Amino acid sequence: MSNTTSKILTKRKKDVLQVWVENQAEDPAVREDLMANDELHAQSAELLNSFIEAIKSNNYEDIEAPEYYQVTEIISGISLTRAQLGFSPRETATFVLSLKRSIIQILQEELKEDQSTLISEILRISDLLDSLSLVTMETFIKGREEVIIRQSSEINEISTPVIRVWEGILALPIIGTLDSERTQVVMENLLQEIVNSGSSTAILDISGVPTVDTLVAQHLIKTVNATRLMGAECIISGIRPEIAQTIVHLGIDLAGVQTKATLASALQYAFRKSNLVVAKKKNS
Amino acid sequence: MISLNKETIKISSEKDVVLFRQRLREYATKIGMSVLNQTKLITAASELVRNILVYAGSGETTIEVVSERLQTGIKVIFKDNGPGIADVNKAMQDGYSSGRSLGLGLPGAKRLVNFFEIKSTVGHGTTVTIIRWKK
Ligand SMILES: Nc1ncnc2c1ncn2[C@@H]1O[C@H](COP(=O)(O)OP(=O)(O)OP(=O)(O)O)[C@@H](O)[C@H]1O
Ligand SMILES: [Mg+2]
Repeated sequence: MSNTTSKILTKRKKDVLQVWVENQAEDPAVREDLMANDELHAQSAELLNSFIEAIKSNNYEDIEAPEYYQVTEIISGISLTRAQLGFSPRETATFVLSLKRSIIQILQEELKEDQSTLISEILRISDLLDSLSLVTMETFIKGREEVIIRQSSEINEISTPVIRVWEGILALPIIGTLDSERTQVVMENLLQEIVNSGSSTAILDISGVPTVDTLVAQHLIKTVNATRLMGAECIISGIRPEIAQTIVHLGIDLAGVQTKATLASALQYAFRKSNLVVAKKKNS
Repeated sequence: MISLNKETIKISSEKDVVLFRQRLREYATKIGMSVLNQTKLITAASELVRNILVYAGSGETTIEVVSERLQTGIKVIFKDNGPGIADVNKAMQDGYSSGRSLGLGLPGAKRLVNFFEIKSTVGHGTTVTIIRWKK
């Protein structure tokens, strides 16, 4: 098949770009609040240029071939930024899909006299742009996932409060995954609070930690040791049955660590150590 | 063994580990795995994926829902093209670590799952396959 579309598009690049940018601006799905017009123009021009370069190879099927590297890279880049800017999937896909409309419009003008070529060229270009719009979706979803992961790691960082339960007793409920970064924050907060409050007991409650693997266990042991060096005792509470079992199967030795099943029993232990008694008031 | 559903996740940073664990938990929940077995599976997977990051730098995991006879479960493959392990038997021993870690990752993971297989070639990489049945 001769490469009619490529020739037409090379000749009428300017018109395609103009129609395309107009189409995008008219589309109710395009958010002016999220992106400036000249930016849209620049992105469109960049993509169109490399697209026209790519189809010169007469390959309309395999978008993983080297000639499409640049095209897919630009599309991925644009989709990723749009995902992060808060565009919807539809707004993001519109970008590539409206290019299809513009190209078809120009082909119709150029191939008025030759309907059969027009139809076969439209089919080829449609399939190609459909696959490219799938690239948009794939990267868009990936972009969103990254946003979610970033947000959850932000939540992780802020949700490590150290609570002064009683004179001399601190509690630190941990919720979520304990990775290296976060443990560092937890440990620093805890040690700082021990100094500030002059506490002698700290309770690290891990009821909200989904899994304890060797890395998390090592972090916990380090925290306990550091607390000990500061002259305080660290108790680990909230060890759920399934966590207890996995710790045993893994073969982690927590023998040197004071552990309690619940926060309540850890508190009880801490009270007793400080010579405090919690008792029910006798009814007279 | 019949494969019902399959997904591959590339591993090259801590962020991927978070995503991988979330996905694995989703799969395990979907097939109705008990909380205890889920925790075992995720803990074992966590060790293996961490080994990929630490020793090979990057790699790939495949999560698969599998069914055999009357059992349903989750199979996970951990594949990397890292340095490989010269003495697999030694690496599988409790307390053996080439670094200064606990050396419990591989043997511990094995104890947490129903099926465990490790293949490693020096200079080519390591592949670990595990299965945890739903039961
Ligand atoms: N994917 C891998 N590629 C290369 N070497 C590996 C890989 N996984 C494990 N090893 C080697 O096997 C050894 C034992 O691994 P294992 O996970 O049991 O212990 P560890 O990682 O040293 O310590 P831990 O997991 O307890 O923190 C490692 O120290 C490392 O030398
Ligand atoms: Mg390990």
